[in-house]
Amino acid sequence: MSLGIAVATAMIAIATDVGDKISRELRAYGANLVVYPDTKTLAVNVNGVDLKPVGETEFLRESDLPAIKGIFWRNNIVGFSPMLPVDVKVGPQQRSVRLIGTYFRKQLSFGKDNFVAGVEMTHPWWKVAGSWPGDSPSNPSDREAGDRRNRLSHAAEVLLGETLAHQLSLKAGGNIQIADRQLNVSGILSSGGDEDGAIVAPLALAQDILHQPGAVGQVYVSAITKPEDDFARRDPKTMSPELRDRWYCSPYATSIAFQLQEAIPHSRAEQIRQVAQNEGRVLSRIQGLMLLMALAALLASGLAVSAAMATAILERRTEVGLMKALGASNRAIISLFFTEAGLLALSGGAIGYGFGSLLAHQIGRWVFDSRINVQPVLLPLVIAIAVLVTCAGSALAIRRAVHYDPALVLRGDL
Amino acid sequence: MKAGGQRRSMFLRMLLRAWLVQPGRMALAFLAVVIAASIVSTSFNLYLGSQTNLLSEFRNYGANVIVTGRDGGQLPVAALDRMQPLLPPGSLAVEFSYAVARTHRGQAVVVAGVDFDKVRQLNSWWSVNHWPRADLPGASLLGSRLAPMLSPKGESFELSFDHRSIQLAGGSVLRTGGDEDQRVYLPMQEFIGRTGVRTSVIEIAVNGSPEEITATLRELSAALPEADVRPIQQMVDAEARVLDKTHGLVAACSTLIIITTVLCMLSTLTSWVLDRRKDFAVMKALGASDRLVNLFFAAQAGIMGVLGGCTGFLIGVGLAQWIARVNFHAGIATRPAVFPAIVLGSIALALAATVVPLSLLHRVEPAAMLRGE
Repeated sequence: MSLGIAVATAMIAIATDVGDKISRELRAYGANLVVYPDTKTLAVNVNGVDLKPVGETEFLRESDLPAIKGIFWRNNIVGFSPMLPVDVKVGPQQRSVRLIGTYFRKQLSFGKDNFVAGVEMTHPWWKVAGSWPGDSPSNPSDREAGDRRNRLSHAAEVLLGETLAHQLSLKAGGNIQIADRQLNVSGILSSGGDEDGAIVAPLALAQDILHQPGAVGQVYVSAITKPEDDFARRDPKTMSPELRDRWYCSPYATSIAFQLQEAIPHSRAEQIRQVAQNEGRVLSRIQGLMLLMALAALLASGLAVSAAMATAILERRTEVGLMKALGASNRAIISLFFTEAGLLALSGGAIGYGFGSLLAHQIGRWVFDSRINVQPVLLPLVIAIAVLVTCAGSALAIRRAVHYDPALVLRGDL
Repeated sequence: MKAGGQRRSMFLRMLLRAWLVQPGRMALAFLAVVIAASIVSTSFNLYLGSQTNLLSEFRNYGANVIVTGRDGGQLPVAALDRMQPLLPPGSLAVEFSYAVARTHRGQAVVVAGVDFDKVRQLNSWWSVNHWPRADLPGASLLGSRLAPMLSPKGESFELSFDHRSIQLAGGSVLRTGGDEDQRVYLPMQEFIGRTGVRTSVIEIAVNGSPEEITATLRELSAALPEADVRPIQQMVDAEARVLDKTHGLVAACSTLIIITTVLCMLSTLTSWVLDRRKDFAVMKALGASDRLVNLFFAAQAGIMGVLGGCTGFLIGVGLAQWIARVNFHAGIATRPAVFPAIVLGSIALALAATVVPLSLLHRVEPAAMLRGE
C-alpha cells in the first residue's frame, strides 16, 4: 500500500520536475538567443570565411553586458558569451585567419550578483585538447587608464582551431605570432563548426587588435525558456496591458529577447530559431512521456492498492459474520470498514509520500546529478489520491462482505 | 489405465471448477497478474521504443553532418549521388551553393542556391512568411535583416554578380535568428544559371542513434576521400546527452513501476493460495499425495501466468501504443521479443508466489486446518 503510494509520489514528482531538468540538459545545444548591434551593416561570411572588407562596423559595448544578469528572468540566464571577430595575418605566408575574441570563463558582477560568463557555458560542445586559456582581466577603471598593453601581457593565451592548427602544424603549448604579438597556444579547439579554422582569444586581445576598446560584435545568450505556445506567438504590440504584463513575465524566448534588447542599448535580440523552436518541441515530448508514464504508474498502483484492500477484507469475512450475528447494522459495518480504509490511506499516503520523495531524489541523483524537488503541494494531493483509491478499491469488497449470510460465513462455508 | 484417465479428468475438473465456484477470488488473482504483465509490457515497450520516437524529434534540429570540399576546395562532382546510398533511411541531404553579390548600393551580400522544398524539410524552424514558388522567374527568399534594406515593402530588387545584374522578386522573408537572416536564397537551378557556381556545401540530417551517426560518418568519409565530412558537434553532442538522460529516466521509472507491480502481484497471489488452505486440507485429507497437491496449485498458477501474461502483453502493447500516439503523434514499434519474456516472467512469478505459501501449508496438519486453526 505504502509502496504503491511511494511510487506514485515519486512518479508525479519526477513528471512535474522533469521539464526543468531536461530544459537544463537541452542547454547543451548552446545559446538560444543572440544579441547584435541595431545597425544596417551586414556580416558577409560563408562557413567561417569573412568576405567583407573591414569597415564601418558598429558594435555593442562590453560594459553593457553584465546588465544581461539584471533582466527580469536573470535566473533563467545560464550563460552568455560575447564575440568579436577580427581578421589577422598568420604564419610565414601571412594567411588571413579569423580571430574571435570572447570570454572563456569570466568572473563578472552585476549589482551584488557575481556570476561566470563565457563559451564554456554557451558552447558546451567545444572540446579543448590542452587547457582553456585564461580570460583577460577587464576592470573598467583599468581600461580607462588606457593600460591595455599591460593588461594583455599575462593573458596572451589563445585557442587554435583544429583545422588551422593542422595547417600551421602547431600543437598545444606552441607559440604563434599575430599582429606583432607573441601568443601562447594553450589548447587546440575542436568545435565541429566554423571555429575549427579560427583562433579563439580573450575578448580584450581582439579589441586591441581592432583598436576598438570595449567593442563587442554580438552576444550569444543561453537561457532556460518555456516552450512557445499560441500566447507566445502573439505580437506583444497588439496586447492589452494586462496580457502584455503576463507575456513579459513568462520566460518565453521572445519575451527574454525583448528584455535583453531593453537591457543593452542600441541592440537587437533574436531567438536562434534552430535551437529555441526545437527545444520547446523536444521538451514537451519528454514531459508528455513522463506524464503519461506517471499516469500509468498511478493506474497500476491504484489497482494494486484496490486488490490488496479487497483481499484484506475478504479475509476478514468471519469478523463481519460475527458482527452481524451480534446485531450490527449494515451501515455500521460499512462505516467501520471505510473509516479503517481511510485511516490506512492517510497513514499509508503520508509514509508513501516520504518514501516517494526519497526515491525521486535518488533518481534525480542517478540520472541528472542533481536533486529533484518534490513540491510540498503534492502531499495533500497524494493523500487525497490514496484515500480515493483505497476507498474505491474497498467499496466492492465491503459491499460483498456486507451481503454475506452470517450463519454461512461463521460455519466456514464461504 | 482407466484410473489414470479418471484421475486426469478429475484433475482438469478441479482446475476448471475453481473458476466457476469462486469467480471473485480467482478474478482478483488473475487481475493482479494481468495488471503486472500489462504494466511491465508497457514499460518495456516504451523503454525500447521511445528512443526511435525521440530520435525523430531530434531530426527537427536539422543537419548533423556537413560535407565541404577539402581545405577550402571544391566538392567532388556528383558528391550527393555518391553519398545518397550510404545514408540510413529517413535521412535527408541538401546541397547549398554560396556566392557573393552586390546590392545596388554596392554592399556585399551572401547569395545562396538551394532546393526550397528540401530545405524546408531539413530546417523546419525556418520561419517564412510565404514560401516563393521556385518555378517562377526571380523567385527569392530574403533574410529578415536584409529585407528592410533591399525590399522594405516587398517590392522587387536588384543584385549584381560580376557586373551582371539580376532582378529578383521580393516579399518572401526568412527569419531564423542565425546567419541565414543576412542572406538571399535562390532556387538552385536559377542560382547555377546566374553564377555558374557549383555546390559548395552539403548538409545532411543523418537519421539514427548517436552510434549509427558515427558509423555513417565513417562510411561517408571513406566513400568521399576528397571531401571533408564533419559532424556538427553541437547537434551530435547535445542529442546524445539529452537522449542519454531521457533514456536513463525512463529506465529508472520503469524499474520502479515494475518492482511495485511485481511485488503487489506476488502478495496478491500468495494470499490467494493461503486463502485456499481449506481446499488444500480437503485434498490432503482425501489422500492426495504431496506431489499431486503441489502439481495442482502449480498448474493453477501456471494457467494464470500464461493467460495473464498474454492478456497483459496485449493490454501493455495497446497502452504503449496509446502513449506514443498521444505524445509523439506516431505509433511505436511493437517488440515481439518482449512477448516471451512477459509470458515466461508471469509464469515464473506466479509459480514463485505459490511456493512459499505451499511450503507453509505442508507443515500444518490437514485436520487442524479443517478445524479452522
